[in-house]
Amino acid sequence: MTLSPSEIERYARHLVLREIGGPGQAKLKAARVLVVGAGGLGSPLLQYLAAAGLGTIGLVDDDVVSLSNLQRQVIHGTEDIGRAKTKTAAAALEKLNPHVRFKAHATRLTAENARELVQGYDVVADGSDNFDTRYTVSDACFHEGKPLVTAALGIFDGSLTTIRAHERRSDGAWNPTYRCLFPAPPPPGTVPACAEAGILGALAGVVGSLMAIEVIREIVGFGEGLVGRLLMVDAHSMRFETLLYEWDAHNPLTGKE
Amino acid sequence: MKLSYFAWVRERIGKPEEEIELPAHISTIADLVAWLKGRGEEYAHAFEHAEVVRAAIDRRHVRPDASIAGAREIAFFPPMTGG
Repeated sequence: MTLSPSEIERYARHLVLREIGGPGQAKLKAARVLVVGAGGLGSPLLQYLAAAGLGTIGLVDDDVVSLSNLQRQVIHGTEDIGRAKTKTAAAALEKLNPHVRFKAHATRLTAENARELVQGYDVVADGSDNFDTRYTVSDACFHEGKPLVTAALGIFDGSLTTIRAHERRSDGAWNPTYRCLFPAPPPPGTVPACAEAGILGALAGVVGSLMAIEVIREIVGFGEGLVGRLLMVDAHSMRFETLLYEWDAHNPLTGKE
Repeated sequence: MKLSYFAWVRERIGKPEEEIELPAHISTIADLVAWLKGRGEEYAHAFEHAEVVRAAIDRRHVRPDASIAGAREIAFFPPMTGG
């Protein structure tokens, strides 16, 4: 996939990197990424992916922009209130980088449509706001053989990991699934959502940007990714901790039961 | 023993970490959680659904039946849902 002169100038700071360069930038241009949710995480994620020159970016979101979103969902603007998030994201990304093809999926991701949605993409990035969607996306990515970058936010905390549960490690052991780390969601209602609990807005920018790095890494291939590692970000005490996790024989996807 | 708490476990307990002398009878993560729950309302609240809070010994995720023998640091981290 060749780059035009204006693309070469646009991506000049990537092209000089040994870890990306021309071949890496061509991989980005050829890649298709599905982003689940254009909220606090999805906003910076979509912006950095578009700026980085991703070929195709799909977005699944059935929500409309509300005034209280704007404290952290920086892809949307004040004039966007009441508009579909897929529409405002499309306009923002077009303005940022017209080379990106944007596909809007203005629907809710469900167990019924999840596998079909992820099928058309190379990498999936989940910035959704509920446990049902997280488990559904991670199962669909396993069944369709897609790498998944998945992140979540608390009030002052974030978590991030990369899942390649459909593949084995070099020693033959399975890579862990999302369910190896979090076998069960908390009972409904016990962990309040952002809407009730509040959230530090800029935290979403930190974790969403880290998601973009992981997506770019999965496409280009450099350094050490987060497969088998969970990054915990605590913006309250400014702690960044990385925890190792492994395949669990009890998991329902690749387990032994 | 250093105990470290994240996200809503940290918020409910009210501190990011602490050094604690553990009683000798505690041999697994599950024992530790049961003992912590008796230390006060804030701990009982943090671990009210103990099965969803995950633990790591020396930064390696373990199951609740894992032995804590030889551990230097135990972290507790729960799933989050915000996006």
